[in-house]
Amino acid sequence: MREYLILRVITKLLFPFILLFALYVQFHGDFGPGGGFQAGVIFAASFILYSMVFGVRSAQHVLPVGILRAGIAGGLLLYALVGVVDLLLGANYLDYSPMSAEAKVGQHLGIFLVELGVGITVASVMMTMFFTFATWRED
Amino acid sequence: MMLEVIDIIILTLMTVTVIGIVVMRNLLAVVMLGGIYSLLAASIFVALDAVDVAFTEAAVGAGISTVLFIGTLALTTRVEKRPKHKPLLPLCVCIITGAVLIYGSLDMARFGDPNSPANRHVAAHYLENTKKDTGVPNVVTAVLASYRGYDTLGEVTVIFTAGIGVILLLGNWRRGLKPPAPHHEDKA
Repeated sequence: MREYLILRVITKLLFPFILLFALYVQFHGDFGPGGGFQAGVIFAASFILYSMVFGVRSAQHVLPVGILRAGIAGGLLLYALVGVVDLLLGANYLDYSPMSAEAKVGQHLGIFLVELGVGITVASVMMTMFFTFATWRED
Repeated sequence: MMLEVIDIIILTLMTVTVIGIVVMRNLLAVVMLGGIYSLLAASIFVALDAVDVAFTEAAVGAGISTVLFIGTLALTTRVEKRPKHKPLLPLCVCIITGAVLIYGSLDMARFGDPNSPANRHVAAHYLENTKKDTGVPNVVTAVLASYRGYDTLGEVTVIFTAGIGVILLLGNWRRGLKPPAPHHEDKA
């Protein structure tokens, strides 16, 4: 896509703002609409846009396949481990209250961590899917 | 009144989009119309005050699904083949199923009815206690991540499984793990 100058410039301009918006949706989900699912998809969309314009190989220099696969499993593991920590603290599985001295702070921390896990897994799966589709014919 | 007008306009547009999808043979255009359909569905959710669902529909339905469909089209073909059979039987099945669904919706609770079974069970408990229990202002997030955290764990597992499935079906597990070869496109 060497010839599409406008597309390349606009993509570079938009890329950081899409990433920033994804982070906002991720960490502001407790207060406004949004959460891990949406943030993960928006995060993935920024890299998919980048790889559509500049090629999958350029995107994979930033996010190699190994890191994405670690993300797929890591997000889910983070989610499940939060539940295990709650068990060790003497509460029910995924009852975040005892994670801090004050129940509300514990709940907040728990929701923050599991939403982060959701976001990591969703973003990694979406990007892996697109990259796998886009590079299937190459080898 | 105003909301009903908006609903009717959006639903009409959705119907037009679906007719376009049925008639067209160019699959790229069909995928684009599918994205437009999802965006219209997201607008309906906004009109229903379900912003979180609308957000998901816009991001997943209109965004990522469209891209994945285009990726699939690039691997397969862009023009749908003419069907070999008359569409009479599928049409009958669709009409009967649709009629049954409409018949079922006649029994549904009125929109926003506070006495409907869905609103009388745990919903009131969540709305009353979310602020007290979790201190999170967005009830949807509190229900998803805290009250129903177990369900959300299952949903993430579904996405995890889908990702693993794509990797296993569409490629070698080890493929791409070695560092990509340097190429000249990088400096662009």
